[in-house]
Amino acid sequence: MSIQAPERLSFIGRDIERVDARLKVTGRATYAYEYPAEHVAYAYGIGAAVARGRITGIDSSAAQGVEGVIAVLDHTGAPRLGETNNRELLVFQSDRVSYRGQLIAAVIAESFETARDASQLVSVSYEQDEHDVVLTEDHPASFRPEHVAYRVPEVSVGDVETALAQAEITVDQAYATAAAHHMALEPHASLAIWEEDQLTVFESSQYAYEARDVIAKLFALGPEQVRVINGYVGGGFGSKGSPRPQMVIAAMASRVVGRPVKMALTRQQMFPVSGYRGPTVQRVRLGANRDGELTAFEHRAAAQTSRLHDFAEPCTTGTRTMYAAANRFDTHRLTRLDVPTPSFCRGPGEAPGFFAVESALDELAIASGVDPVELRIRNDTTRDPSTGHEYSTRNLVACLEEGARIYGWSRRRNQEAEGWRTGHGVASSMYPTYQMPSRAAIVAYPDGTFAVRLAAVDIGTGSRTALLQIAAEQLQVPLARVNVEIGDTSLPYAVGAFASLGTASWGHAVHLAGREMRQLLEGTDTIPPEGLRVEVDTAEEIQARPAKANAAFGAQFAQVSVRRHTGEVRVDRLVGVFAAGRIVNPRTTRSQLIGGMTWGISMALLEETALDPNLGEYVTSDLASFHFASCADIPRIEASWIEEDDADINPVGVKGVGEIGIVGTAAAIANAVFDATGVRVRSLPVRLDDLLGD
Amino acid sequence: MRPFEYFRPSSLADAAQLGAVSGAKYIAGGTNLVDLMKLGVEQPDRVVDLRDVLEQEIQELEDGSIRIGAGVRNTDLASHPLIRRQYPAMSRAIVAGASGQIRNVATTGGNLLQRTRCVYFQDVSRPCNKRAPGTGCPALESGGLSRGLAIFRTSEECIATHPSDLAVALVAFDAELALWRDGQERRLPLEQLYTSQESAPGRETILEPGEIITAVHLPAPVDGRRSHYVKVRDRASFAFSLVSVAAAVELDGDTVRGVRIALGGVASRPWRARSAEQAIQGAPATSANFSRAIRDELTTAVPTADNRFKLALAHNLVVSTLEELI
Ligand SMILES: Cc1cc2nc3c(=O)[nH]c(=O)nc-3n(C[C@H](O)[C@H](O)[C@H](O)COP(=O)(O)OP(=O)(O)OC[C@H]3O[C@@H](n4cnc5c(N)ncnc54)[C@H](O)[C@@H]3O)c2cc1C
Repeated sequence: MSIQAPERLSFIGRDIERVDARLKVTGRATYAYEYPAEHVAYAYGIGAAVARGRITGIDSSAAQGVEGVIAVLDHTGAPRLGETNNRELLVFQSDRVSYRGQLIAAVIAESFETARDASQLVSVSYEQDEHDVVLTEDHPASFRPEHVAYRVPEVSVGDVETALAQAEITVDQAYATAAAHHMALEPHASLAIWEEDQLTVFESSQYAYEARDVIAKLFALGPEQVRVINGYVGGGFGSKGSPRPQMVIAAMASRVVGRPVKMALTRQQMFPVSGYRGPTVQRVRLGANRDGELTAFEHRAAAQTSRLHDFAEPCTTGTRTMYAAANRFDTHRLTRLDVPTPSFCRGPGEAPGFFAVESALDELAIASGVDPVELRIRNDTTRDPSTGHEYSTRNLVACLEEGARIYGWSRRRNQEAEGWRTGHGVASSMYPTYQMPSRAAIVAYPDGTFAVRLAAVDIGTGSRTALLQIAAEQLQVPLARVNVEIGDTSLPYAVGAFASLGTASWGHAVHLAGREMRQLLEGTDTIPPEGLRVEVDTAEEIQARPAKANAAFGAQFAQVSVRRHTGEVRVDRLVGVFAAGRIVNPRTTRSQLIGGMTWGISMALLEETALDPNLGEYVTSDLASFHFASCADIPRIEASWIEEDDADINPVGVKGVGEIGIVGTAAAIANAVFDATGVRVRSLPVRLDDLLGD
Repeated sequence: MRPFEYFRPSSLADAAQLGAVSGAKYIAGGTNLVDLMKLGVEQPDRVVDLRDVLEQEIQELEDGSIRIGAGVRNTDLASHPLIRRQYPAMSRAIVAGASGQIRNVATTGGNLLQRTRCVYFQDVSRPCNKRAPGTGCPALESGGLSRGLAIFRTSEECIATHPSDLAVALVAFDAELALWRDGQERRLPLEQLYTSQESAPGRETILEPGEIITAVHLPAPVDGRRSHYVKVRDRASFAFSLVSVAAAVELDGDTVRGVRIALGGVASRPWRARSAEQAIQGAPATSANFSRAIRDELTTAVPTADNRFKLALAHNLVVSTLEELI
């Protein structure tokens, strides 16, 4: 039998509407909290009211007496948990409080409302210790972490000090970025159901297999005893990459009360409990000759973590791949404070790191008199400057040139009209290209349809659609004959949706499975009723890739207006050009890029979760006080790309577009603010407070 | 959910009676009250729904004044032709607030009585002299979050701001409230609704238990008056003001015949800048005069390190708004 269509069907690169668009806008896509479960109970978490100390007593008798309350769990009676490398997940295991808002108890009741109401009747007493919650550049307790997001914390090439001493031009500045929370639309939610020793969890997770393995260990189960389902996820941005306490509490509570249990964090609880991008303090030192050619490049970053788990924002790792300076040094310091554990957050490391570095480049452009676009082009490289590896593809210069053309960079003007002054700024973007092993199965059925199965997840990016396109292209059948089944650990292993590696990693597996299926069908006459199945694993191919540097690049151009007498900043226009491998679906790609750039506007001008150092708490803990861009803040955003053909990274040629859009945006905007006002703001967010003269 | 009794009376008299007991709360649009109940900030034992008893009309009275029913939705008020034509600052103030969805439900009376957005007030686990007297005010501590809070102090214990935009515009126009209690309607200048809060920041208004706002009265428009509302906030929409100004001016040639200036985001109530008004009234309409007048007004302000910028912002905003009106 042949499934070969007469003409080659082509789906990759086509503008195809999301397959689940209709389900989502009509409310029929089912998210974790929405799954029906019989006889379900609801858990509501109680947060610690001190930032550091010990719980000396919990009186839950009043709560227990409320009609509809089934149980109250806390460290005095909660079941013991097993192993984990993330102590954030050891809920109710000890009397220690490590940060304000840490979940220390939960009320389980017949309804969410009853549980929440009863939670206010639980009285907790503490022995409070003095807390330390403020990150500084040289905190006495800081240390160099062993690794930053799986990479080395420090790289040194050549001799930076000597190069700086000899440089004709130097820049030496400190930059800071604010703490900011992801705040996915869907709050972190879990529904846990035990059937004897089998646990099923419907989970708002970016990585079902990881969630499965973590939960299995905590409850001393084999991985096969746990099933995690994450069919639809309403955004994650890194905050759902690994399980959060509510998943453990739901599973624990369900075991204790012998009923399915649902638990969702409230918006306010998401602030302490769901991770965040920690604040950073960074220092950049540049040395260059009069033509702006870099000779020395140093980038130091300080970040914070909690006392429960080390997470180090990898601020300087992206710097390693940028400009060609012969002498370079980058390093990280981490400080453990009495704060919630920070986590991966869209463009982790690169987003804050590039604010510092691309602002410093702008300062160098001013100091050297070299046009900022030209300066970046002049310092481009074809090899990774810290490893010496050749790039599989590197199109930073093409992005800068194309961006400058679209923007009209050479014709830019500073204008003042009706009290608003305009300015222009540019910055480079970069996001590394990662890939991790995944499996995928394809089943062919006698009716000519196919099922593509893997535990990938669509967190709102459109990956379900992209995988469909990749599968149909390989199988050479119309889209309507292929069903993509994802979001369930009963499907073959797949890595999670993070680090912009989803479509690359899963697409690779689906591509291989599709090819294998096509070959299998070419030698097959009839398909048995149960179908024909192939399953592949990409581990070997990934291992065999050439030792090259892989990354996506981009350039962003911003026009801002600053109101002279109020300091208000509005972004008038944002142009981004990216080179990110092969683009599987232009519609969802544009959404990702525009989404990332929108995040960049928020990072530049709005996002700061404000810390109260006396209470030891992030206090802007709702969306009325923690601001990100509203629709009215979003100007014309033009995102486009330069197609790349890069066979070295994976057979589909995909690099990933989820994060690069936020990298560099804040610097482009801050640079434009400087251009408009002459005020260099080195601490994000840029606010009118900074720009308002007396 | 914390249990409470719910009533939906059909006459003002019943409503006033039901609402007079301690622990009772009125509900109109519910956009503020329900949020605060979920947070545990408001814990009424009884909720009395005013939907069937509040006036829903906007009428022009014989003396040219305007009566706005307390039940009129924010959207309807902002888009009413009379308001848009004669009190444009009010229209602007309303649409500068909240979101379209919220304004469609929120009422005139509820808007004036909405409670502060101070982050310490909004979370029951935090100290707050307004919500829990005597527990302290983290915003007043060094390092506490006060960027959005008051620069004019009406209390030593609390620097929360009143969040309403509409109230700022109404105060500029000398609006009066119609209040209903014990079968009688009384009038009260809106500015006097808000207490000075000196002794008790939790007591924000002088309303007696059970008292209902039934309407807002706007004095008849003044010939030749121009008015404007300008709000500065961190983002372009859907945010409370850092500083806002409602201003109205009547000119006599180059001289200011009348001027009204009310500021939002600077105090526990809409701040009528009376001393600035006095200095400007009768004087030539020049930027220098405006600047001097508002600078003097601001000398009584006591900003925190975090919100000192509001001095310059308020000054610049008043001057530029008045400049636009002349
Ligand atoms: C996300 C968000 C953003 C917002 N942004 C802004 C903004 O930028 N600017 C702004 O001005 N507002 C803003 N608001 C607030 C909004 O304007 C108010 O919530 C709304 O006006 C309240 O009206 P309501 O009818 O819903 O009041 P309700 O919530 O029903 O009542 C509020 C209070 O008034 C009392 N009350 C109501 N009516 C009467 C009456 N007739 N007599 C006596 N007591 C009464 C109630 O008992 C209650 O205490 C925002 C609100 C939200 C949720």
